[in-house]
This record gives sequence, structure tokens and C-alpha cells, in this order.
Amino acid sequence: MSDERPPTPRPVNLGMGRGPGSGRGGIAFGTERAKNFKGTMKLLFKYLRPYWARLAIVFVFAIISTSFMIAGPKLLGDMTNDVVDGYVAQRTSAQVFSKLPLGTKLPANITGEQLLTRLPTNELQKIPAAEKSAISQVNFNNGHARFNFHSISDLAILLVIIYLVSAGFSYAQSWLMTDMVQQLTYRLRHDIAHKIDHLPLKYFDSLPYGEILSRVTNDVDTVGQNLNQSLTQIITSVVMIIGVIGMMFTISWKLALVALTMIPISLGLSTLIIKRSQGYFMGQQDSLGELNGHVEEMFSGHVVMRAFNGEERSIGIFRELNEKLYGNAFRSQFLSGLLMPITQFVGNLGFVGVAVGGGWLAVQGSVSIGGIQAFLLYINLLNQPITQAANVANVLQLAAAAAERVFDFLGEEEESPDPAKAKIIDGVKGIVDFDHVKFGYLADKTIINDFTAKIKPGQRVAIVGPTGAGKTTMVNLLMRFYDVDDGSIKIDGIDTRDMKRAEVRKIFGMVLQDTWLFNGSVKDNIAYGKDNATMEEIVAAAKAAHADGFIRALPGSYEMVLDEEAGNLAQGEKQLITIARAMLADPPMLILDEATSSVDTRTEVLIQSAMERLMKGRTSFVIAHRLSTIRNADLILVMRDGNIVEHGTHNKLLKENGFYASLYNSQFTEAIDYMQGA
Amino acid sequence: MRKLAHYFIPYLLPLVLLLGLVYGQTWTTLALPNYMATIIDNGVVARSTRVIYHTGLLMILVALLGGVFMVCVSYVATRIATSYTKRIREAVFTKVERFSLVEFNSFSSASLITRSTNDVQQIQQVLVMLLRLAFLGPFMAVGAIIKAYHLAPSMTWIMAVAIASLLLVVISLFTIVLPRFQKVQKLVDRLNLVTREFLTGIRVIRAFDRQKLEEDKFNDVNKDLRTINTFVNRLLAAMQPSMMLIMNGVSVLIVWVGAHEVSSGRLQIGGMLAFVQYAAYGIMAFLLISIIFVFAPRAMVSAERIGKVLDTKPAVADPLVSNKSITSERGIVSFKDVTFTYAGADRPVLEHVTFQALPGETTAFVGSTGSGKSTLINLIPRFYDVSEGQVLIDGVDVRDMTQADLHRKIGYVPQKAVLFSGTIGSNITYGAPNATPFELEHSASVAQATEFINLLDSKMESPISQGGINISGGQKQRLSIARALAYKPEIYIFDDSFSALDFATDAKLRKALEKETVDKTVLIVAQRISTIMHADNTIVIDNGRIVGQGRHDELLKTCKIYQEIAHSQLSEKELDASVGTFETQGSGAAI
Repeated sequence: MSDERPPTPRPVNLGMGRGPGSGRGGIAFGTERAKNFKGTMKLLFKYLRPYWARLAIVFVFAIISTSFMIAGPKLLGDMTNDVVDGYVAQRTSAQVFSKLPLGTKLPANITGEQLLTRLPTNELQKIPAAEKSAISQVNFNNGHARFNFHSISDLAILLVIIYLVSAGFSYAQSWLMTDMVQQLTYRLRHDIAHKIDHLPLKYFDSLPYGEILSRVTNDVDTVGQNLNQSLTQIITSVVMIIGVIGMMFTISWKLALVALTMIPISLGLSTLIIKRSQGYFMGQQDSLGELNGHVEEMFSGHVVMRAFNGEERSIGIFRELNEKLYGNAFRSQFLSGLLMPITQFVGNLGFVGVAVGGGWLAVQGSVSIGGIQAFLLYINLLNQPITQAANVANVLQLAAAAAERVFDFLGEEEESPDPAKAKIIDGVKGIVDFDHVKFGYLADKTIINDFTAKIKPGQRVAIVGPTGAGKTTMVNLLMRFYDVDDGSIKIDGIDTRDMKRAEVRKIFGMVLQDTWLFNGSVKDNIAYGKDNATMEEIVAAAKAAHADGFIRALPGSYEMVLDEEAGNLAQGEKQLITIARAMLADPPMLILDEATSSVDTRTEVLIQSAMERLMKGRTSFVIAHRLSTIRNADLILVMRDGNIVEHGTHNKLLKENGFYASLYNSQFTEAIDYMQGA
Repeated sequence: MRKLAHYFIPYLLPLVLLLGLVYGQTWTTLALPNYMATIIDNGVVARSTRVIYHTGLLMILVALLGGVFMVCVSYVATRIATSYTKRIREAVFTKVERFSLVEFNSFSSASLITRSTNDVQQIQQVLVMLLRLAFLGPFMAVGAIIKAYHLAPSMTWIMAVAIASLLLVVISLFTIVLPRFQKVQKLVDRLNLVTREFLTGIRVIRAFDRQKLEEDKFNDVNKDLRTINTFVNRLLAAMQPSMMLIMNGVSVLIVWVGAHEVSSGRLQIGGMLAFVQYAAYGIMAFLLISIIFVFAPRAMVSAERIGKVLDTKPAVADPLVSNKSITSERGIVSFKDVTFTYAGADRPVLEHVTFQALPGETTAFVGSTGSGKSTLINLIPRFYDVSEGQVLIDGVDVRDMTQADLHRKIGYVPQKAVLFSGTIGSNITYGAPNATPFELEHSASVAQATEFINLLDSKMESPISQGGINISGGQKQRLSIARALAYKPEIYIFDDSFSALDFATDAKLRKALEKETVDKTVLIVAQRISTIMHADNTIVIDNGRIVGQGRHDELLKTCKIYQEIAHSQLSEKELDASVGTFETQGSGAAI
């Protein structure tokens, strides 16, 4: 069930992210804000510290690439001006020749200036001033004026080189950044896995594991992606905007003023849209959440809904929620979808402004046609960084919110370290002493109060009580998953807190009802508890656990790979494998859970026999469900609401006529079965 | 899939409108460079400010008109996409609400949830994007090429070069990257799996002191993921620089070639500049088109998954003409030679099952896991339909009744108590919204829920969160029983529904139930013999067949399987005592 549960709606990167066509720049619509933005960023930069040199190179490369990119349009404008000059010269010389008597030859290497001085004054007066200045600039080499293709080709080659360099640095920069981000996400994940190892069990018991899971995958990805986007964008956008504006002013400050009016318009509109659609986006996520909640609820309770004729009502509620979602979805999608058209529209207005204003200025002679062209290209270059600048705060917020969750996890308090001079027990005898044990999961709620008992080697302790009475508490304390608040638990006279946790745990074999098998072969699962187990040992353990029979019937036998959650084995078979695992590990003491729910009767018999064999000669703690186990136990711990309410042997407890007696006397097993039920 | 297309029919007209608007948008965008050419050639070069002002005015009008088109395109595209998704969402949900367990099993409820939430949402996202961009791409591409051709036919080859080099980059990147995306996804799944194992098995891992092993396992995947992600992202990083290089390179090429064209009089300066713009538009257009190929497959997968749901015909359907019972008796359940096989299974779960359950009696079903007893119970409310034979209620085949009528007769208490978000009261009266406050209180009290309800701050009005996670399993079960009681059915079905109750509550509950159900038909499924020791009639099921029928003491003597089950659960002494107890208690019909 939990496998395919749709993930809770998270902020979606509606832009194309790292995908193709990211030229437009992804727009991140997030609804999350980090609680402590500054602190999180500080931590994040601490993580980036090993890469400072690389980061500096990335910035330098980004600046180089952007600068070269900025140089392009101006040079292309110069190239265009050459074409314009050539065109004008060609036209002017054609006009001059058309006015000269046919067959006139001009002297070699005569310039327009010289030509004008040689003209008779009455002719000279006929020529308008504008034409005169045009003629004065023409170079009549050996006759008709020509294009200066040399200069044009040189500029073309220069431009190609510049663009190649720009692309090269841009790619190198992205490459370095990508690698760095991948290493960062790797390290974050690595640290999370390491952290999991060192957190107390208390932490895992208080948090659904899906939450931690989503930190490992989603949050780390979000940090990486948004960081990749924002860090380079900040630098390139700033350089681009400053550089382009500077270039515009060197070409023509008047035209620059015309072109730059689009910046505040574009920036203002983008910010407005992003801000407004944030709200709508949140609305969409909320109503989507509500609707998904209803769907989930109805589908998982389908049978009950059908049985009580709830279809019409359910569909009615759905229609309402769907209508609400539709309204919110439309508004948020429409508004966020406006961003691109609006920037394009403002870009078009800029285009018009430059074409008209530039045309007018060109007629005045204060700007060249190449200058106009450069401006048109510069406007294109500006469009993207402006949208990005409006959005970069958002991207950073998304990264910070995700990073904060990751860092919160990494900052959780760890288990107390093992004692430096840990004691080791050689040849465990199996004496367990509970010495005035006090324990509570919550500081203000003690559930085990001053419990004292001594268990001799080979004895069997039955833990009895209704569901939820806290029977696993004993497991938690014995295995040191939790530490006692007061008093002590001693094994062979040694306080378990004076030992390494791993050493304590090695003493116990644990077979719980909640079987845990991993995605690997049957063989590896059995061998989990023992290093370098041989195949013979594995088979022997399986045989002792009555598991050999069914394992050999599996496709691939011991090599069969268990699915995720071991879905390809029956519950009873899984239990047998965990028994075999404990069998192979051969621990001096045992912790068992007898519960065999959802196991058919025949397998149940096998499991019981295997457990019996496993317990032989070992001090065992059994979460007991069978009367025979309980009656024959050397010590019974009766638990209720987390407390050990009674303890003693069967006969002693019956005589006391307390909770246990009432449990036992009420309709035989029924009571206990009920209370411990599946 | 055809169904999905069918739902799009009402949007065909808006789609035509959208196409018109996109055409308008394309036209206005592509008109601007031409005007600019006019300004330069007839205004600047010819030194005519009049032409500049005149053309400038036209340009502003066209740009404004273009803005209007763009907003309209966005509006219509979003309307179509969100409204269509709304329809699909409702269609899927309504469809699934009528599904029987056959369909729920074949899809799994988790998958159905994903299909009606995530998959539909995916379609909306992609549809919005495609409608806004996809049409623009082809229009713009064709338009830009035509415009360029008109300006300088001899230079159209540059457009071809530009588009070809663009496609070369895009296609070669994608052919390398796309298959690796799947690998990335697989590794992400694997990372999830390893982490989940790490977390769910934390006790076992620590018990065996295997943290290091698990950490290494995790880091192996982590490393693999880093390697492939680095590779893929390095390649993708080439995308933007090469796009820019192509754009800029083409501009240079146009000016260089254009210089020669201008010199030979075939092209004017303004035309050359306009050509640069058209080439940029052409490249952009093909980029947009290539985006379709990235996003469309994602939507296709979702569309297919949704299509499968919509195309499924529920296995259980209402009859055309419903039949009402003619007998005066109410609540007689009879199975006549019923055989049931799950879809796709080669062996039936139930074979030739025949029995009758009468009002005022408790009929119990017992058998090991997988014996078919839950399946049998599920045939009564038609969660499944029989493969052969008949299930009759008061003499009428359940398939001849409407499901609403049938369900009205049955008070069903499932194995796993399911509550819906709302209040305690709204859950109890879920089946009977018009129940009086007295009936509500009464049901709660019979189900032994009054005590804990009264301890809550808002009593009956106390909120139940989704899935009822804010109350305990035992409390859930009691509310689930109260819900069935408030429904006032003729037939009660308890599918192993007392498991989470503690002993004292259980005893009280069953005593109260006994009075409440005195003239009703009670069917009860149980794992444990002790639960059903006092039933009027116990039916023992093994491997889908009835292997014994009778009272506890009779079955102990006659039925081998019953003996086996009894012996595995009770000791000799207890068995003897149970028969004794039973006899001394006489025919007390305890549940």
C-alpha cells in the first residue's frame, strides 16, 4: 500500500529545469519557505567550502563567457556597418558616375574628398549637403567604389572565435558546476546514511520513515537542482545585465535610455506575476491535497463505502472538490503561463522602441544601422536574465527549504557513544539481572517502575499482555535500543551500558513477528547474522528451522532473490527464514515473538517446533501467545498499559488472583487470544 | 485511450479558436522584423522620418495586438487543459466508485489512487504546456521559413543549415541521454529501496550489528547514481552553449553572406537584419517542437494508465430489471452450489458450496488462512460475483437486485476497520444519515463505544482524521460495529472484526449484540476456534470446500479438519472443558 502512495504534493518546478530548452529559464513556483534562511544558507556554504576554488573558477568562467557573449552584438553591428558603408559607397559612386560625362576616368586612388575639390563650384553647389558628405567618405579605387570584404571577413572570423570561446567557457563552467553539485548531493546522501546509523531508535519510532526517505531523495535533489540553477544564474544574470547596459551606453546613450525603459516594465510585471501566482499556486496545491485526500480515503475504504451505499455522496463531495480544484488550477496555470508571453510582449515593445527610436536617431546621424542591430540583439540577451533575476529569490528559497529539512535531520542528537573502555563478556552464561529498572519513553511518564528480577541461565521468560501493552519495551531495553532511565540491566553481572551496544546485541538472537528480509537472495538473508557463513552452515540452519523444504521448492532455491518487502514469500515462510537466520548466528540468548498471525495452521506448527528447537538451552525472552509457553515459563512478566503489573510463575500469579488470573480464567485462551490478537 | 479522446470532443471548437489565436500570435510576431526592415531601408537609408513614424505606429499596433493574442492563447489553452482534466478526473473517479473488488484487485487500490490523482495531474501539466507551445512551434517554423524565403530566396539555405545543425545537436544529445534517464530512474528507485530497508529493518540491522554493511550498500548505489547523474548532466550542460553557438553563428553567417547579396543588389540592408531575426525565430520554433517530444511521452504513459481504468467494464453490474423478494421472510441467505474462481486463477477458491443461514441464528465460518472463508463472505454483498451457482437472499438471486437494494439489507463489518474523515457521529451514521440522536447513541452504546466517546472533548462531534489515525484500533473496530448497527440491516456480516478488542470490552459487546441481533441473520468469520465456539452453526472450510457443518461439540466428533484446528489452538483439557461449558450453557447463542 505505502509503495505506490502518491507523494504529497511538493513544490513543482514548472520550468524545464535542467531539461532541454532551459534557455528560457525554469520558473520555480514554490510554496515553501525556510524557517531560518540565513542559518541554512550558512550551513550550505559550509558544505560548499571544499569546493571554493572550483566555485571561484566557475564564477570566473561564467564572467568570461558572458563578457564574450556581450561583445558579440557590438562586433556584429560593426560588421553590419561595413556592409552599410559598402552599400552607401556603392550607391553614391553609382550616382556620381551617372552624373559624370560617359567614359570619364577618375584618377587612381582618388578619394571622395579630393573628387569634391576638383569639381567646378557651380556643380558643387548643386549637390545637397548630405550627398556631399556621403561622397566625401567614398574611396574611389580605380573606378567604382566596392565593398570592403576583407574587413567584413575579418570581423566574421573574429566573431566566430569570440562565440566559440564564449560557448567553450560556458560549457566548462556548467560542467564544473554540474560535477560539484553531484558531489554535493552525494555527500549529503552519504552523511544522511551515516546519520541514520547513529541516531537513537527513539527518533525512528517517532517519525514515519517516509519522511526520512523523502529527505534522502526529494530534498537532496531539490537542493542540488536549485543550487545548480541559482548559483550560476546569479552570476551570469548580473554580469549580463551590467555588461549589456554598458555596451548600450557606449553605442548610444539616447537609444540606451529608450531600450532600458523595458527593464523596469519587464521586471515589475514578472515580479507581480510570480508573486500573485505563488498565492494561486498554493491554492491549487491545497485543493489538490483535499481532492487527493478524498480519493485516497474513498478508494482505500471502497468496500465499506459500497456496503453502505455511499457512492452518490462520495461522488457529490468529489464534484465539489473537483470544481474548486478546477478554479484554482485555472487561475494558477493561467497566471504562471502569462509570464512567458508578457516577457515576450515587453521584448517586442523593446524591439519596436529600438527600431523606431534607432531609425529616428540614425536619420539624425547619431546612431549607425549596425548600432540598431546590436541593440536588437542586446534586447534579446536581456530578456532572460531579467526573468531570472525576478525568480532567483524563489529558487533560493526552494533550495533553502529543502536544505533546512536535510540539515535538521543531520543535526539531530545522536546516541551516546559507546564507553571508551568497554567490557567484554567471554563465554556468556546467560544470567540476566534487572536491578531496580526504571524506564519511560517520555521523560515525564515512567512506565516501568522499579522492576527487579533475576533470570538464571537457560530460563524462559514469558512476556504477556494485551496488544499495545508495551511488550516490545522489554525488547528495546534488553537490546539497548533504548537505555534505562534508572537502575540497570546486567548480563552475567556486567551492566549492559558498560559494554559496546554491538556486543550486547550480539548476545541476543531476535526473531520478531515483523519479519525483516532484504532484497537479496534467500542465502544472503539467512547468512545475514554471521560473517563468512559457509553454504553447509546455511543449509544446516535452514534445516533446523524447517525452512530447507520450502526453500528447495522455490525457483532458484537458495539463490532466489526476494522481492522488495519479500512479497514473493508467504508470511510463515518469512518467519521460518528469520528463525534460520537466528539459528545460524547461534546467540547465547534469545528474544522471540510467538505471534503467528496470517499463518496457516500447518506452517504454524512448523514455526513452533523450530522456535522450540532454537530456545533449547538458551536463556529466552518470549512474547508469548500460547498458553503452554506461558504456563511452562520460569518467569511471567504481565504487562498492561506499558507497565509490568505482575511478575512471577504461573502458579504464583494464579494464587495472587490479579490481572493475570483474570486473563487466564476468562474463557481459556480466548481472552488471551483476543487481547493479544493479530 | 479512445475514451480519453472521446472526452476531448467538446473542446474541438475551442481548439479551432486556439489555432486561430496561435496563428494570430505567429503573424504579429513575424510581422515585426519586416516593419523594421522597412524603417531601415525606406526610412534610415532613404532618410525619411515620415516613413519611420508611420511604420513605427504600425509596429506598436501590431505589437499590442500580438500581446492580446498571446494572452488569449494562454487563456484558451489553460481553459481547455484544466477543464478537460476536470472532466477526466471526474470520469475516472465516478468509474472507480462503481468498481467491484475484481477491478480493485487487478489494479490495486494504491494504483487506482495514483491513476486518478498523479496521472491526471500529469496530463494537465503536459497539456497546458503543449497547447501553449506545441502549436506555436510548427506555425512559427513554417512562418519564419516563408518570411525568410520572401526576403532572400538565395539565402534560404542558411535556414536549412541552422535547423539541421540544431536538430543534429538535439537528436544526438537525446539519443545518448534518454536511455540513461531510465537508468537514473532505476537507480533512484534502488536508492529508495535500500533506504527503506535501512529504515524498516533498523532493529534487525542493529541487532546483528550490520550498520556498516547497510551503509556500504547505500553508498554503492549512491556512487552509481552520482556517476550516471554526472555523465547525464555533463551532456545536458552542452545544450545551452551549443544552442547559443548555433544562434550566433547563424547570425554571423547571415551578415557575411548578406554582405555579398547586398553588394550584388539582391538584398537590402533592412532585409538582411530582418533575416537574422527570422532565423532566430526558426531555431526557437524547432526547439519548441523538440520539447513536445520530451514531454508528450510522459503524458502518454499517464494517458494509457488512465485509459485502462476508463476502458474497464465493472465485473459486477446492476440488472436491467431489478427483482424484489416475494417471501415474507427477511434475511435468509442461501448458497446454492456456489463455485468461485478469481480472474486469471486456474483453480477455484470455492467449490460447490451450499448452505443456508437463517434469521435469529449465528452462522460461523472457520478455516485456515487461504481456505476461502473471506471470499465466501464477499460474495453476499456482491463484492465479487459467483462463477457458478447462486447466492440468494430471501429467494432472490443477488444478481437480480440492484446493488443499492442489496447493500441496504447488509450490515458489513470488515476485518480492518475503515473510518472516514469527519466526526465520530458522522461515521456511525454513515449508512443511515437520517438516524435520530437516540439511534446514534444506542448504536454506540451497543458497540461499547459510549464510554470512550464520552471521554473525548466534543463527544459525538469529535473529529476523526483521515483513516481514523487519531483513535486506537479497538476504538475503530467498535465504531465500525456501531456503524453497522445504526444501519439496521437484516443481515450482519462480521469478518473477523473483534480482533483488536480487549477481553472485557469484547465480552460486554457480544452480550449487547446478542440482544440486538436476536431476529437477524448473523454471519461471522473467525480465525480462532474460541471465537465461534458458541455459534448455532459452524461451517468448516478447507481448500474452498465445506468439510464440516454443525455445532462445536458435533464438529469435534465428526470433522477431522476442525479437530486439527482445535488441537493446534487449545489443549486437551481446554477442549474437554469447552465441550462441558458448552453443554452447561445450553444453546445460548453467544457470538
